[in-house]
Amino acid sequence: MGLFDTVFGRTKQVQPKLDNLFALPTAALTLRTNLDLVPSGHAGLCFKAGSGESEVNSDADIMSLLNFEAGADAATIATDDLGFKWLLLTNDDLDELVTRLHSANETLVEHGLGARLLCAVFGFSPVRLPGEGAVKMVYLFKQGSWYPFAPVNAQDRNNELELRVRTFLGSDLPIEKDLSRWMALWGLPVN
Amino acid sequence: MSKSNIETDAGLNVRMVITGLLLMVLYMIIVGVLLALKLSFSFVIVIAGAMLFSQYFFSDKIAMFSMQAHEVTAAEEPQLHAMVDRLCLMANMPKPRIGVAELDMPNAFATGRSPKAAVVCATRGIMNRLSDEELEAVLAHELSHVAHRDVAVMTIASGVGMLAGLIGRMAMWGAMLGGGGDSRNNNDNNGAIELVVWLLSIVISIVAYLLTMALSRYRELAADRSGAILIGKPSVLASALVRITGDIGRIPRTDLRKAEGMNAFFFAPALAGGTAASLFSTHPSLEKRLDALSKLERELNGHA
Repeated sequence: MGLFDTVFGRTKQVQPKLDNLFALPTAALTLRTNLDLVPSGHAGLCFKAGSGESEVNSDADIMSLLNFEAGADAATIATDDLGFKWLLLTNDDLDELVTRLHSANETLVEHGLGARLLCAVFGFSPVRLPGEGAVKMVYLFKQGSWYPFAPVNAQDRNNELELRVRTFLGSDLPIEKDLSRWMALWGLPVN
Repeated sequence: MSKSNIETDAGLNVRMVITGLLLMVLYMIIVGVLLALKLSFSFVIVIAGAMLFSQYFFSDKIAMFSMQAHEVTAAEEPQLHAMVDRLCLMANMPKPRIGVAELDMPNAFATGRSPKAAVVCATRGIMNRLSDEELEAVLAHELSHVAHRDVAVMTIASGVGMLAGLIGRMAMWGAMLGGGGDSRNNNDNNGAIELVVWLLSIVISIVAYLLTMALSRYRELAADRSGAILIGKPSVLASALVRITGDIGRIPRTDLRKAEGMNAFFFAPALAGGTAASLFSTHPSLEKRLDALSKLERELNGHA
């Protein structure tokens, strides 16, 4: 924030950083070789639906904006218990999934929803079940950084696995350095 | 007061006595400096005494307030109360009051000037993260702090540093006033002395601070030891320590969507990143504590 923002008590809305998303496919190779984790084919984009500040309010509005072709991607919109919207995408090819999600981001930013983007989540599951459990890679738009989230049940997470993911991905992805920002996403709708 | 059943460690005792003696030497140097300065001796003592007394007397309220903790009844937290009840019976000590802080940061602390006025407090974060057995180990560690009267000991120890700082400030003002304005007669000379006193008091504060920290680390190791002996399983306390300190302790349980108002949408985090780490700076390193606990485990199993 600049001096005048401080003097007048204004807050600029923080615009999202979108580009670090494309580092994920490289990181996925590392996850496969070192931790036996493969992309689950599911991804989600979490944002807070506002009211009044843009022309997009209903789920149908958002879907028509995104203009997805039928067939290649299965895209749905869900609202979770905490009132956040999730755009859920399914595609077995991780590169395409990332590209799809990125274009959805850009559309939402163009329509004034950029400041409302919370995070993107990509699911990874063990090659052989049960393995050590699934890991979600969470991308924080405002920080432009990634962190792992490995929920075990409704309120426990596998911290050891998460820290091992950080060890292996440190050079591939901009991993969030401040561990206190590795917030949980309990009951998220991404598999 | 009947003596608690928690055993002591001879080696730690020796180190604590030595640290305490060094602190006493510092006290004497300070008194000597005060007399040399011909400052109003009683004035300094009254102020320092008042500050120390309030810190000692209101330690429970200060600590509870700064951690945003509130006292809980047996009806509100039956499990926590039951654990402390059992531990106090085993250690033969009066049951302290129990508090809970609604923070995600995993931590626990004990405070209060005497075992009768003590409060043992746990954060919601530590209760969520640890198994019942591990939580019991942490509570045993905190109860040991109460039994060892650590609040009283540390208040007295930190008094030296405070006194030195106070004298330094007074000497600094003296030097500034003496150095400026009218410089007749002995004023130049006085100014120089006060400057020396000021520098000396800085050195004393630093040494006192380091000694206090060392003493605090010994008291932590002593509480680890007594707590582990009380529950009979050092390894359980060790696993609790691994889970609440270091990297794992800093990964939150809070939901990103609930915290977005504080954290994610704004750049200044609601909680400074170093909060948890700075609380532990008075503690020995995790490796040292684990080493001591595994040594104790071998001793308890008869492989000294």
